[in-house]
Amino acid sequence: MKIRPIYIFLILAVVGVVLVFANTPKISNYKTFDNQELAQQNPDESYEKMMDVLTHQRCMNCHPNDNIPKQGDDRHPHYFGMARGEDDKGFEATSCNTCHQSLNNSNSGVPGAPHWSLAPASMGWEGLSRAQIAERLLDKITNGNRSHNELIKHMTEDDLVLWAWEPGVDADGNQRTIPPVSKKEFKKAVENWFANGAIIPTK
Amino acid sequence: MEISLTINGMIKTVNVEDENTPLLWIVRDLLDLKGTKFGCGKAACGACTLHVDDEAVRSCSYPVKFAEGKKVTTIEGLGDRENPHPVQQAWIEEIVPQCGYCQPGFMMATAALLKKVPHPTDEDIDNNIINVCRCGTYYRMRKAIHKAAKLQAEMSTNESKEI
Repeated sequence: MKIRPIYIFLILAVVGVVLVFANTPKISNYKTFDNQELAQQNPDESYEKMMDVLTHQRCMNCHPNDNIPKQGDDRHPHYFGMARGEDDKGFEATSCNTCHQSLNNSNSGVPGAPHWSLAPASMGWEGLSRAQIAERLLDKITNGNRSHNELIKHMTEDDLVLWAWEPGVDADGNQRTIPPVSKKEFKKAVENWFANGAIIPTK
Repeated sequence: MEISLTINGMIKTVNVEDENTPLLWIVRDLLDLKGTKFGCGKAACGACTLHVDDEAVRSCSYPVKFAEGKKVTTIEGLGDRENPHPVQQAWIEEIVPQCGYCQPGFMMATAALLKKVPHPTDEDIDNNIINVCRCGTYYRMRKAIHKAAKLQAEMSTNESKEI
């Protein structure tokens, strides 16, 4: 039996389409924002937005470089001599959880979120430039061996990270300040920066 | 809502309107255990320290809902007149209190420390015992903490001999 050339062409076309879709690289597993939308954003702008948040005191206070947590907008050392301890959660019997629970406490003004603790010492950001913070963030030796996708997940989903936008009231009943970028914008900026290769801009 | 907890070895159920009510007020006002004191209400002074599942917590800043199903120990459950806890015994022997108001919190913090660090150094004490005493009994407390560590060690030695 003789096969017409048109059928051969059609079969090859179908196989070709299947192969093209099968080999298309998956840009990411995170689909909160449309990739088209991401592609339209300037990655440098995303980087700066992300850094506006990471360098805000709500984040920076628990990323110290001297093992001492900070408090307040003036970033004063945590009262009562509290420090990192061996597990990033304070001392043996007086730990972070002696006072900080998994939720903000509006009666006492003590802030709280799940796994309240300092960031690991390797992720100390205090006193670093934005570029140096980004380097620590991306370096698997300092970031807890996290891949880009794991970093995105951590930065956009972790309750303690997102606490920055719901920090509750202080001991005087005043609302704590929040980062200058909205949570939604921050998430978008993080995803866009990573989607564009997590390039640290040079000045 | 109903919340059940074990307080000093006894299971109790309390009815609360607000599940975020500080555990301190449940202990003092509903369970009538007045040993735990209100100091600052901001988890700063430590007068309200008690144990939840053997961990020291500042009960003025601890919503009662978190105590559901847990073991809560107050100063009344630490020991009694006949069998004082080593910390209570040491406090008596060193005549620590002046006005006494903050002392239950200090003793609970110390008991929690000795569970984790049976022989605390001065540095361990400085790090972990950060409650506030307006009478300034810190020097006597330090002596008492070291004494309590010795008493606790002797007690466990005697217990193992009896076994």
